[in-house]
Amino acid sequence: MQTPPADSNHPKIVLVGNPNVGKSVLFNALTGAYTTVSNYPGTSVEVSRGHCEIDGTRYEVLDTPGMYALLPITEEERVARQILLAETGHIIVHVIDARNLERMLPMTLQLIEGRLPVLLVVNILDEAERIGMQIDTALLQEKLGIPVIGAATARKRGLKEIRAAIAAFDSTRRPTFAYASDLERDILRIATTLASDYPLDRRAIALLLMQKDEEVLELVRTAEGEGFAAVETAVRAVAFERRVDLHLRISLERKRVCKGVLDGVVSQDSGARTPFSERLSGWTMNPWSGFPLLLLVLYFGLYQFVGNFGAGTVVDLLEGHLFEEWLNPWAIALSDRFLPWYWLRELITGEYGIFTLGIRYAVAIILPIVGTFFLAFSVIEDTGYFPRLAMLVDRIFKQIGLNGRAVIPIVLGFGCDTMATMVTRTLETVRERLIATVLLALAIPCSAQLGVILGLLSGAPGALLVWTLCVAAIFLVIGFLAARVTPGELPMFYMEIPPLRLPQPRNVLVKTLTRMQWYLLEIFPLFIFASVLLWAGKLSGALGGLITLLRPAMLALGLPPDTAAVFVLGFFRRDFGAAGLYDMQANGVLSVVQLTVAAVTLTLFVPCIAQFLMMKKERGWPTATGIFVFVTAVAFGCGWLLNQALLFTGVLS
Amino acid sequence: MMISHQAEDILEALWIATEEKGDHGALLETLGLRPDDAALEELDRLAFVDIQGERVHLREEGREEAQMAVRRHRLAERLTMDIFDIRGPEGDEKACEFEHLLRGAVDTKLCTLLNHPATCPHGRPIPPGRCCRDAKQQGAPGVVALTELKAGEVGEIAYLSTAEPKKMQKLMSMGVLPGNQLLLKRAYPSYIFRIGHSEFAVDQELAREIFVRPGPGS
Repeated sequence: MQTPPADSNHPKIVLVGNPNVGKSVLFNALTGAYTTVSNYPGTSVEVSRGHCEIDGTRYEVLDTPGMYALLPITEEERVARQILLAETGHIIVHVIDARNLERMLPMTLQLIEGRLPVLLVVNILDEAERIGMQIDTALLQEKLGIPVIGAATARKRGLKEIRAAIAAFDSTRRPTFAYASDLERDILRIATTLASDYPLDRRAIALLLMQKDEEVLELVRTAEGEGFAAVETAVRAVAFERRVDLHLRISLERKRVCKGVLDGVVSQDSGARTPFSERLSGWTMNPWSGFPLLLLVLYFGLYQFVGNFGAGTVVDLLEGHLFEEWLNPWAIALSDRFLPWYWLRELITGEYGIFTLGIRYAVAIILPIVGTFFLAFSVIEDTGYFPRLAMLVDRIFKQIGLNGRAVIPIVLGFGCDTMATMVTRTLETVRERLIATVLLALAIPCSAQLGVILGLLSGAPGALLVWTLCVAAIFLVIGFLAARVTPGELPMFYMEIPPLRLPQPRNVLVKTLTRMQWYLLEIFPLFIFASVLLWAGKLSGALGGLITLLRPAMLALGLPPDTAAVFVLGFFRRDFGAAGLYDMQANGVLSVVQLTVAAVTLTLFVPCIAQFLMMKKERGWPTATGIFVFVTAVAFGCGWLLNQALLFTGVLS
Repeated sequence: MMISHQAEDILEALWIATEEKGDHGALLETLGLRPDDAALEELDRLAFVDIQGERVHLREEGREEAQMAVRRHRLAERLTMDIFDIRGPEGDEKACEFEHLLRGAVDTKLCTLLNHPATCPHGRPIPPGRCCRDAKQQGAPGVVALTELKAGEVGEIAYLSTAEPKKMQKLMSMGVLPGNQLLLKRAYPSYIFRIGHSEFAVDQELAREIFVRPGPGS
């Protein structure tokens, strides 16, 4: 997810377009790089950069987040436009969905009128043909006056042609499209008041001003200086004289122009059958069949695949066999033989040793769980299921101050809360971002923690039930309260629902590997750091001190004092703590009640260091600290209450 | 029948409490009334309401009058807010003054002028009058909010009515533009509609702001 510094020596190819049109697939095809390819709006906030070589020329390729129009509304769109304005692209490749030419072509028009060097890729032709559409790309190219390539990038169709078009690109050809004469007069009237140079053509700037684009207004204010007053007067005069919503007027005018362009380009055979995917799509969105389907997805995707296979089988294999039986004894024997110093032996292979604890946890426990989760998540994501889920839960999420779109960071939180906290920036209002961040910090266990906890509690079905109910209840109650006390505008929900697709194995694999790589790079140093810190704590006695300090809290929760160590571990990684609990359970020192209380408290308990740092980065110090204190208080409060309740009712005893 | 403005306001409040919120009547205190209020006594005399201690109930006899008072109020809101563009507290105040002028079939004229709106600017339903029912029967349903369409029905987008330019922008850039054919696929839990080959989901609040002309698809 790192963005390497801009390399300005090479000509740039900037990929733009709506979400779900295959920009990232094209990016991968051009650069061969590993980047996240998503089938839902929200993941490509970060901009991917890569390089490619065509006909001996080396290009820098930029993949931008999905945008619907040149006028941005969401953060993703803002980022995308920023790139268009700030980076001088030598070729702007506008990728559009063949099935929705009419809807997406207005943005092509916008790009063209900005005098940007546009190359149009009419993608997803295969699916368009399947529903009986025929598109005459040659005619479209002739009418638009820019290169137009028909493609199905996911099927590798059209890639050669795109490369050839890039190599042969003639940036001097800049066609214009005329709007109605009154609109043209208005555009001219405003454009002539502009004196500075802009990254976009003045005509495009004038249009954006007429559409009341605040950012462009600021840009013009700065650029024009004293001349700005004249611009403002012109814009106001036009708005008054027209007395209609200019935004609507311009949109309708673009639609009219596009209709003219498309005349004769698209033909549709009627009578194409409703494909199975569409019927399935209907089922996912009907609450009666949608929720059972969701349960199936959760059961097979999360419980069976991640919980049983990842956290069970694979962990057993790696942890139980590879490490416990082979690697650890071998490492311990080796260090006993070659390391004469106790402290160094402890550091490498001791109780909290880098190898015996840090690497073992990271590789043998966490990696398989996270890996299986990311694999399951990627498959589900690529089918286009998440927007449907978002639609299904929107009403429930409204109750907790969020809208359906928030289901994506929340579900992603089950993979890694740190990553999910970052993705909250795709939510539209500050209020939603705050509520989602709190809920992620408090009630969403990450995959590693979830895997370990599922593994831990699966032996005691009652405990698993209590844990699920507790965490779900707290998620809902805190969300419900947060929705009532957090100020700010109420969320609204709208989303494009992409068609259901069969995931492409390569994309799924690339995405899973990229996420695992990101995860490992981020956690490995932390695991080593945590081991070292714990080792230092153990040798210096500080750890003992801290644990003694936490003892009363553990006793209040009805837990053995040793559990304090688990909570200290939990500070470093959520899953670290859970894994510690796993060890304790394996040694048989916890009763079912204690196990349940510890699992609930630990699940609610502090976000890990990485998540805390991400909260700080996204929300700022005061908010992040506030959330930290709040979460700790709620976790221990709930743990205490749960212990009292379980002891009083004797449910699990 | 002519009743006082204050009596009308009480009926309105009672109708909202009982019909829309499902309460059993309303407390005098919530209505800001004393038991010896003149308007309340007026309603009691007409047997429109029933006063039981601290609580007032809307009687069956007063229902229609109350419903029509609500209708006039919400139509007045449409007029002041949509046509006169007076918003905020002033808009509310002006609507309250206006509603009383709408008696005697003026509401019918306004309703027809506004094309029989289904909801007030705050999104609450406007009880339909005879003019709305007649228009419906004549097969000239005019323009209705997307929320009025049933799943499987098609319509042409007539206009978007939203106070927030951002929402409007978003809808337009997604292809929700006047003149486009739309097919409503689901109305619950969210509104799913199809334009061309794309599907969109919007919540009820946004669906209320998309106005369509129902009719056979092309």
